[in-house]
Amino acid sequence: MSATVFGLCGAVAAGLGLYGVITDAQLLRKILAFNMLGAGVFLFFGVVARRGAAAGFAGDPVPHALVITGMVVAFAATAMAVALLLRLFTASGAATFAADTTSADSDSTDT
Amino acid sequence: MTIDFALDCGIALLVLAVAGWTIVARASFAAVVGFVSFGLLVTLAWVRLAAIDVALTEAAIGSGLTGALLLGAAARLRSNETAKQAEVPGAALRIASALLAATVAATLAAAVLLLPDPAPTLAPAAAANSGATGLGNPVTNVLIAFRAMDTMLEKVVLVLALVGVWSLAADRCWGGMPSPPRGADSGDATAFLAQLLTPLGIVVGIYILWEGADHPGGAFQGGTILAAMWLLVMMAGLAKAPAISRRSLRLVLIAGPAVFLVVGLAGLWFGAAFLAYPVDHAKAVILVIEFVMTLTIAVTLALLLAGPPDREASP
Repeated sequence: MSATVFGLCGAVAAGLGLYGVITDAQLLRKILAFNMLGAGVFLFFGVVARRGAAAGFAGDPVPHALVITGMVVAFAATAMAVALLLRLFTASGAATFAADTTSADSDSTDT
Repeated sequence: MTIDFALDCGIALLVLAVAGWTIVARASFAAVVGFVSFGLLVTLAWVRLAAIDVALTEAAIGSGLTGALLLGAAARLRSNETAKQAEVPGAALRIASALLAATVAATLAAAVLLLPDPAPTLAPAAAANSGATGLGNPVTNVLIAFRAMDTMLEKVVLVLALVGVWSLAADRCWGGMPSPPRGADSGDATAFLAQLLTPLGIVVGIYILWEGADHPGGAFQGGTILAAMWLLVMMAGLAKAPAISRRSLRLVLIAGPAVFLVVGLAGLWFGAAFLAYPVDHAKAVILVIEFVMTLTIAVTLALLLAGPPDREASP
């Protein structure tokens, strides 16, 4: 019963994250929203695991292990994305995807 | 039952309220703070889903380390924010993406409601084979034995991500030291905290690693705590970040995947298959892998957060 509640919660969190990824102009906010989308999907795994409780375990350990691995990989990807964003910012002064006319001439100064 | 259910509904509503606020918040800094709160509330959800191992990981990595990373980035991008805040997409795009997001959420919700009953589960298989490793925690069993291939490849992903982050350094800084985020006023209080907390944190990190054999915990959670302690010492200015060209550092970074590969190939050579552990010494081999892996995880996570080197190597 409660597993279903958190499943619905994860579904809505994933939807909110997807909305943020598309509509937020700032790249940092896109990264943040993408992590929220991921957290929602991970909760979905948690619901599947909880429903699979059997053999004396409170949940199926296989989805749990997959989620733990997924969280670490998500952090690695986030660190990579943030590093790219900060590099873009130092190279061009921009932190969005919007066309920036000043980026072309300041590009060469930092390399 | 009813009180439990009300509690679960309350947690779920709080998670969604904070999530919505995080998405619509105007300032990036506020949004990151919202994201950290979101992560901690999701941790409660994981506890309620009887997944303590996952809850520990979410609190440590999903909320803690990711939050620290995003806070640091938000602080560095702050000067840029006021100029760019006007750039909001048009109403048509916002409505279309809201419709898309609602459709995806509704599909996921339908999938939750229509899950097969009885649910398919691998728990009996995990329970039946738990005697082979001598570990009592089923999640650690799956991570380190039954699906060891995933965990090994994940170590490789961590190293690759770090290589990617480092490759963003400017040419003159290659081989130099990263400068981890440091508050402008990090003075005596931070140094005191780092001196007081670090020894305790190291003990807690190793304890969580050791307890992971039979209770919730393990290499990821313990390694993250150790990484946090190292970062705290670096942020307080008590220790410098290492130069990325240091050989000892690089050996630690590849030790985790390397030990995994050696054990895996030994399993192929002497045993039945890749990553097949020797039957009599499974627990000893697993402990060696976990200890080396924890060290690699701690160093890799801390350096991922510290970012690319931006100071030249000292001569």
